[in-house]
Amino acid sequence: MSIILDHVNYIYGGDTPLAVKALDDICLQIPDGEFVGIIGHTGSGKSTLVQHLNGLLKATSGHIYFNGEDIYDKDYDMKKLRSRVGLVFQYPEHQLFEIDVFTDVCFGPKNLGLDKKETELRAFDALQKVGLPSELYYQSPFELSGGQKRRVAIAGVLAMEPEVLVLDEPTAGLDPKGREEILHQIKALQTQTGMTILLVSHSMEDVAEYVDRIIVMNRGSVLYDDEPRKVFAHYKELESVGLAAPQVTYILHELKNRGLPVDVNATTIEEAAGTVMKALGRHSGNNMRE
Amino acid sequence: MGIVKTEDLVYEYIRRDEEGNVEGITTAVDRVSLDIAPGEFIAILGHNGSGKSTLAKHMNAILNPTEGTVWVDGMDSSEDEHIWEIRQTAGMVFQNPDNQIIGQVVEEDVGFGPENMGIPTEEIWQRVEESLKAVGMYEYRKHSPNKLSGGQKQRVSIAGVLAMHPKCIVLDEPTAMLDPKGRKEVIRAARALNQVENITVILITHYMEETIYADRIFIMDEGKIALEGTPREIFSQVERLKDLRLDVPQATLLSHELRKKGIELPEGILTAQELADALAEYAGISGGPGRNAKKR
Repeated sequence: MSIILDHVNYIYGGDTPLAVKALDDICLQIPDGEFVGIIGHTGSGKSTLVQHLNGLLKATSGHIYFNGEDIYDKDYDMKKLRSRVGLVFQYPEHQLFEIDVFTDVCFGPKNLGLDKKETELRAFDALQKVGLPSELYYQSPFELSGGQKRRVAIAGVLAMEPEVLVLDEPTAGLDPKGREEILHQIKALQTQTGMTILLVSHSMEDVAEYVDRIIVMNRGSVLYDDEPRKVFAHYKELESVGLAAPQVTYILHELKNRGLPVDVNATTIEEAAGTVMKALGRHSGNNMRE
Repeated sequence: MGIVKTEDLVYEYIRRDEEGNVEGITTAVDRVSLDIAPGEFIAILGHNGSGKSTLAKHMNAILNPTEGTVWVDGMDSSEDEHIWEIRQTAGMVFQNPDNQIIGQVVEEDVGFGPENMGIPTEEIWQRVEESLKAVGMYEYRKHSPNKLSGGQKQRVSIAGVLAMHPKCIVLDEPTAMLDPKGRKEVIRAARALNQVENITVILITHYMEETIYADRIFIMDEGKIALEGTPREIFSQVERLKDLRLDVPQATLLSHELRKKGIELPEGILTAQELADALAEYAGISGGPGRNAKKR
């Protein structure tokens, strides 16, 4: 069970002089339960890519298989696909509209045709999963803070109980603590429920910290597809396509240039602290205490 | 008096329910007094809902104080006759570039502000040229704004403000929607305006590493200024910042973690360079190999 993209192409404005190839021969396989980060500069095709996964955009050519079935088959149930692949757009809080938080989260499952009881159970469960305090359930969504609103919006998608959750920049505009809280909840969702998560992000530090695998998009193609430490080892190439490595990468390279034998491929603060300690020990500097 | 000065500034707004009945009053800015000198680079940090954007909106008279006073270049912002002059003195750039660009061509968009001010055509073109050059977008002057990247659009927005010849620019989370390259471009443009043109820059952001070059940082919490100081003073307080839902630059965080493990490093390290210097000294390799080897 997985998502497979087989030679997917997507052209905007085909048959016109303004045709733009937004996706260029994408081949990817995303197994169940993986936490995947998608990075790329503005206009690199990240959002176009994720909008194919639940059929919002239809590939100009190529095939997409969800759990072994071709989603472009004539009798494939697109509606069902949309409930299985949940898409959380950028600034999803702009889409909140109901009178209170709980009703808003009920909207998705209600539209799936579930009865009232099941709808409410799912809404309740989803709100718990995103860690929203229960005293806020009957408040107007417009009175919540930015981070809280965003969680309500994510709960609205979770209430449809998707197998795959795609989040397009879920932390844009949030304060550092809010970013950490949301990503932490998402990571917990992945480990507890085995849900597949695709995270589109502009924050290299966030991606380095949380995901198992990074897909780097550039000009509509996949530039790199690997585990974070291997992707960020290409930090010079990433810079040339408008991205960067996490700041720790630059710190470690600077240290290595000074002759400290650190592992430059550490991508998180924790790993970096580890390799610096090891390097200092190995270096047996006269200042070491133990 | 500084370019922007506030005294006991209070801003309250009334919350209403569906029927318009008053539910309560929220104090978004609570007795803030600050004084910003001309030419300073100021960063304002604070968690979502801490009042930083509300404070910023007082700096060009989008909002008027409930109590207290705001002076922009000596003009009291609550007096209506100053409003246009204040808005020309302190320009504002917002988060979403797509909401701020109106022209069909980059140079037209930048010319919109000075045109509205009644500047003669010849001078408008001169200002457009200067402004676009200052943000490094001159070569795109004939382009359509909607074909630009996010960072480029934000720089066009900044040029649009610059063409009105402000003394001060307030940037409210200008990089929140940008990719790493776009963020770098915008911050570089803001620093250039400050250092080359000597324009006062007030930068609101959630990215800690964008503030390390500021002269002073203000940290807002519950509508008040909770901390104020140089980047080094502010970022020495790692735990305090975490309590305020904030963070520190990664170089600072890594030094903090190493210090916890017993490595004696100075407080308030801000950049990779400083951390490398401190560690090299600690390990006694300051004159070691690689020092003069390739520099990035």
